[in-house]
Amino acid sequence: MAEFKQADSLYEWFDQRLGIDKFVKVMMTEYWIPKNINFLWAMGVLLTVMFTILLVSGIFLLMYYKPDMNMAFDSVNYTIMQEVGYGWLFRHIHAVGASVVFLIIYIHMFTGIYYGSYKKGRELIWISGMLLFVLFSAEGFSGYMLPWGQMSYWAAYVITEIFGGIPVIGGDLVVWIRGNFYVSDSTLTRFFMLHVLLIPMAILGAIVVHFYALRFPHVNNEEGEFFDFDKEADKYLAGDKKGSKVVPFWPVFLSKDFFVLGFFLLFFFYLTFFHYDFAMDPVNFDKADGLKTPAHIYPEWYFLWSYEVLRGFFFEIAGVSGKSLGLIAFAIANAIFFVMPWLDRSPMVKPANQRPYFKYWFWFLIADLIVLTVYGKLPPTGANAWVGFVSSMTFLVLFIALPFITKAEAKKVGGK
Amino acid sequence: MKELKILAVIATLVGITYYGIEPYAHHVMHPEVKAADFTFSDLKNVDTKLAGNVTNGQVLVEANCIACHAIEKAGHPAMMPNADAAASYGVVPPDLSHAGRMYDKNYLANFIFDPVSAMHLSHKYPVGGTKTFPMPSYNWMTGQEIMDVVAYLQSISPKVKEGSEANKASFEAACGRCHSMKYGQLEATTPVDTIKTYMGATPPDLSQYIKSRGEHYLHGFINDPQVLLAGTSMPRVGLNEKAQEEVIAYMEETGDRKKAEREATGINVMIYTFIFAMLAYLWKRKIWSEVH
Ligand code: HEC
Ligand code: HEC
Ligand code: HEM
Repeated sequence: MAEFKQADSLYEWFDQRLGIDKFVKVMMTEYWIPKNINFLWAMGVLLTVMFTILLVSGIFLLMYYKPDMNMAFDSVNYTIMQEVGYGWLFRHIHAVGASVVFLIIYIHMFTGIYYGSYKKGRELIWISGMLLFVLFSAEGFSGYMLPWGQMSYWAAYVITEIFGGIPVIGGDLVVWIRGNFYVSDSTLTRFFMLHVLLIPMAILGAIVVHFYALRFPHVNNEEGEFFDFDKEADKYLAGDKKGSKVVPFWPVFLSKDFFVLGFFLLFFFYLTFFHYDFAMDPVNFDKADGLKTPAHIYPEWYFLWSYEVLRGFFFEIAGVSGKSLGLIAFAIANAIFFVMPWLDRSPMVKPANQRPYFKYWFWFLIADLIVLTVYGKLPPTGANAWVGFVSSMTFLVLFIALPFITKAEAKKVGGK
Repeated sequence: MKELKILAVIATLVGITYYGIEPYAHHVMHPEVKAADFTFSDLKNVDTKLAGNVTNGQVLVEANCIACHAIEKAGHPAMMPNADAAASYGVVPPDLSHAGRMYDKNYLANFIFDPVSAMHLSHKYPVGGTKTFPMPSYNWMTGQEIMDVVAYLQSISPKVKEGSEANKASFEAACGRCHSMKYGQLEATTPVDTIKTYMGATPPDLSQYIKSRGEHYLHGFINDPQVLLAGTSMPRVGLNEKAQEEVIAYMEETGDRKKAEREATGINVMIYTFIFAMLAYLWKRKIWSEVH
């Protein structure tokens, strides 16, 4: 055991035991971030803040929420929204936050794709990020069921029904997930457990992994430049702050993030107080009724693109039913982003617009995802069904083509 | 500025997506329907220009209406308890104290002449069908007599204080025989089983309908349910514009009770957030001036 000399201050007492000085250096003041970044690099901190906001508002909701088929609706819409002091505020923050967090996740994710931040050593950052995306999706989906409104019920019904398409085990799997033959009280209580315990814990774990995965490859920058971080850090510490290519996480990087956060929160609170319908669907203020199917069933906006890929295949091709094709395409759509680092065969780490072929691919993908999202909400009738089919096919073709496009690009730029 | 360009690109993409999944999708799923008609111009059986005679109206009402309807404000209590009235007629006939104040004059006159056509329920009670509407048609009365009844009902209608009190009174009188309002501690006067048998559908509890349907929909729906929900058993109730606004206001008071608090808090939170954002901006400027 090390020698402990008498501490002169409380700070020193703790420092002796916890190594605060060292910890702060490693985590904050000597954690180096490239200087050449724009506000898109603030999205990660925004996400951390949003998750904290969801966690805190969720804990407040949890104090009054009742996970019971007969009580859930009123516990949310009457007890929380009308009786508990500022209960409505926590609900609005939680529901709008859950929706806005996905907007930021998508921006974060496509920033990564645009700047090629998923390859050449950054594969694990990307994969842990995708894991967070999946976990947040599960969190959003399970949470949406809790108020037990019409859309809670029917979206849960439709989405759980999807698993029924899996060969052989499908039927049993659906019953296993629901805990009953239909969406019922047992479904609500298990989704409640997932939403407030298991998934949040997994998210916390995944966040730690995500942050740790960032440590060694370091954050990417606006030009995709690779440089010697140790050398640049020494330069900074030696006083050449302007000449160094890096800045410390605290206070320099975070000061910029707080500024971005401030304006983001302004937007977030505007939505929370004055424009929340997009996140709290009016239909969900009708209590769940298993005998009354709503005229239009749609998931929340952030699931629409993959939902449209599922619906896009509405007719049989080569003896395979539309339903099965849709399911296969849906499974691919949800998994394909995980292997992004290996589908991109070009060694270039550059913003997409500086890459001769990838730039077209990127903007095509964005356009296609927007079309999928919009048509994912519209009723799938007439021409809409065909738009859905074409845009779903486009999505698949884009990913099949990606290795070839990037291979050709690698050849053109000659391994740069 | 490069960062502003990036922001503009993101704002454009988000804006297009938002437009597609909100206003545009809404427009596709809920096409615009014909505007509310508060003159009830389709009803033309009674000449409403005739000036009514209140005294004669009172005689007619006492002879014809109070057998079924209470008119508390004129000293006529209900003939039987609600449960019995519901059992006899299928639905508890509403107290008519507020009728003169709430119902459009043209609608009221034509309703007395022929309730089924005024309520737009001919699909449920076709001429010569087996089902008969519980309230008789007074098509044997002359136009003058009907206008006398209307004039009498208008004359006894109490002056209620505008605001919450009037809002609630209108809701109870116009909707309360069928619909409950749990969050306002109001229970429908007709027991739920009876009303279901009578209507063929359960009138929903309206506590959250201001949120699930929204003011715009309610405005059209209450004026004429058939336009938005063809074939529904909910009758057209014939409220004048003012009474209808009171009903909707009551639905908002009970269904979205914290609206005022929300809007006031919202402004304050945004002001504080703006101050935070500005301070963060100044701090960032200071810090980054050392490294750039
Ligand atoms: C005579 C009974 C009766 C009266 C009076 C009545 N309603 Fe209804 N209402 C119904 C029934 C029955 C339904 C269910 C209709 C259906 O499911 O087709 C209904 C449905 C509704 C709905 C739901 C419509 C939808 O989109 O699903 C609203 C809103 C509504 N009523 C509002 C009102 C208001 C406001 C009043 C008073 C101004 C009122 N009702 C008076 C019987 C009534
Ligand atoms: C046999 C019983 C009976 C008699 C007599 C009767 N009513 Fe009614 N009345 C009813 C019932 C039942 C209802 C409710 C019907 C419904 O909502 O489906 C009703 C509804 C009404 C309404 C509400 C209409 C609306 O749009 O919501 C008015 C106004 C009314 N009656 C006026 C009168 C007047 C005036 C008379 C006398 C001239 C009269 N009633 C006589 C049974 C009766
Ligand atoms: C671990 C922290 C969390 C806790 C304790 C928690 C708790 C709750 C509770 C009790 C509800 C039901 C009340 C209500 O519907 O408003 C709820 C709803 C919900 N939660 Fe969470 N939650 C947490 C995190 C999250 C996260 C990270 C998301 C985002 C992806 C999320 C998304 C939702 C959604 C979409 C609803 C439905 C909101 C509504 O319709 O009003 N939750 N949550």
